[in-house]
Amino acid sequence: MLAQQLINAISLGCVFALFALGFTLIFGVLRVVNLAHGAVFMAGAYVALVTIVDLGLPLWAGMGAAFLAAGLLGAGIDWLILRPLRQRDAPELILMVATIGVATILANGVRILFGPDNLRFPQGLLPEDVIAVAGIRVTVIEILIILVSVSLMVLLMYAIKGTRYGRALRAVAESPRAARLMGIHVERMFFSTSFLAGGLGGMAGVLIGLYSNALYPLMGEPMLLAGVAVVILGGMGSIPGALIGGLFLGFSQVLSVAYIGSSARDAIAFGLLFAVLLLRPQGLFGTAAQRKA
Amino acid sequence: MDSLITFWAIYSNMILSLGINALLALSIWLTLACGVLSIANAAFMGIGAYAAALFTMKLGTPFLVSLGAGMLFPALAALVIGLPVIRLSGIYLAMATLAFGEVVRVVILNVDSLTGGARGLNGIPQLTQWWHVFLALAIVLFVLWRIKRARIGRAFDAIRSDETAASLMGINVSANELLALVLGAAIAGLAGALDAHLTFFIGPNEYGFSRAVHILTMAILGGITSLVGPVLGSTIITLLPEMFHEFIDFSLIINGAVLVLIVLFLPQGVWDPARFARWRRKGAADHA
Repeated sequence: MLAQQLINAISLGCVFALFALGFTLIFGVLRVVNLAHGAVFMAGAYVALVTIVDLGLPLWAGMGAAFLAAGLLGAGIDWLILRPLRQRDAPELILMVATIGVATILANGVRILFGPDNLRFPQGLLPEDVIAVAGIRVTVIEILIILVSVSLMVLLMYAIKGTRYGRALRAVAESPRAARLMGIHVERMFFSTSFLAGGLGGMAGVLIGLYSNALYPLMGEPMLLAGVAVVILGGMGSIPGALIGGLFLGFSQVLSVAYIGSSARDAIAFGLLFAVLLLRPQGLFGTAAQRKA
Repeated sequence: MDSLITFWAIYSNMILSLGINALLALSIWLTLACGVLSIANAAFMGIGAYAAALFTMKLGTPFLVSLGAGMLFPALAALVIGLPVIRLSGIYLAMATLAFGEVVRVVILNVDSLTGGARGLNGIPQLTQWWHVFLALAIVLFVLWRIKRARIGRAFDAIRSDETAASLMGINVSANELLALVLGAAIAGLAGALDAHLTFFIGPNEYGFSRAVHILTMAILGGITSLVGPVLGSTIITLLPEMFHEFIDFSLIINGAVLVLIVLFLPQGVWDPARFARWRRKGAADHA
């Protein structure tokens, strides 16, 4: 029973982590609280749905299309809206408000195009087999979720720690001005970060769509709030923090539903969140950002 | 007279929400005026609404006392959360206050015995008269106008334009910001308390993320350089869906688009005295 719940918790936690990773990337590198990240997540799920249902393509193509489309959406938001604001040196608040507008447009655009009702991926898209390993029953969906999100996260961690691109990214996160002086094309880094973050968000959307089997225009909102909780728990702008925070939220939700009751689903995670806010508001693994004055 | 009564029967809800929304926009104006990016006002509104409703229903206190409780509890909550969080700067504070809003929602959901949990509170006596709302708005506007013109208001302006410079001038930055947060929470709580005694029912999801976004949008749309901005912004946001209600589907898209366009092209909001002055000068130059 416990092992069973652990598998559920890990797969849910992985999706939270994947989503929060994109959110924290934009936060850390672009210094924007991107409230449109939930809408990008939702858009990714719908793109996969259209690719699979209307174009009749297989699941992997749907996931690829979702990553690409959500990535382009993220990069487009950066290029069309955030970039002009940056050039004007607009205050942080204004950037955040702009992303609220984008989120409203996206969620309601999808509502007009697809209707407000729950949509689902076609049955039989994934084999419904249950694989039993040592008495633990694992569904194919859970294996897929864990595989996809862990490999994406490992890839991203490697890219950030081990490549030239990752060094440039970390430099920009540290100080855009100093990075520019070092010859890094900062605008291009912002653009590609937005693409990556959007793609991760869109992929999380597909995985949640498969997991909960329900796509609806406002599905991004609860996810966005979970993402905020994950990022605070883990530490704002911290990438390992997003992973740990995501897994923690997955575990606390699944285990409290299993052992306390569904009403307590968020109580433990948010109780801890409150404690973190009072004692260490920058998050458990957050480093920076006390005021300078 | 009959036509007046019909008018009131049709539009009273809208007119009352004009007043409540104006209060909410002013509540966030206070923090924005000193550059604090707090988006916890929906949560403060919720705390105020629940506190006031519970005072009226469980303790049977007079309406005025309930309203006082509706202001006191959010102010205390703001003090508790403000002390640690105010140290954070800019977007970090925004993120922390966003998370605080979720904490409040989850707490309200889980303390069922007191708050009714997800079912909400039903049967709140409808004690709020229309003039209560506008009297409250007038008092809040007057108090804020006095604050803006007093020493504190000038300190807020200084902090908003440059925190470091302000602190070098001997302004206690944290204390002023905390004051703005607490006062703003009290105003948001007042709006929540008045609203709860209008609507008969309150539930935890009314004070969530979308409400927080709604409050912020009103203030930014109107502009935060003066007190006219938030009132104008809240009026526009309240009336916009009414004007477009034939295409109700599109009205939210229009809301979002208006927000993006305002941010891109009128960064100081609709009501921007500095821009009006520029226009006047330009007009005068054209005539000369």
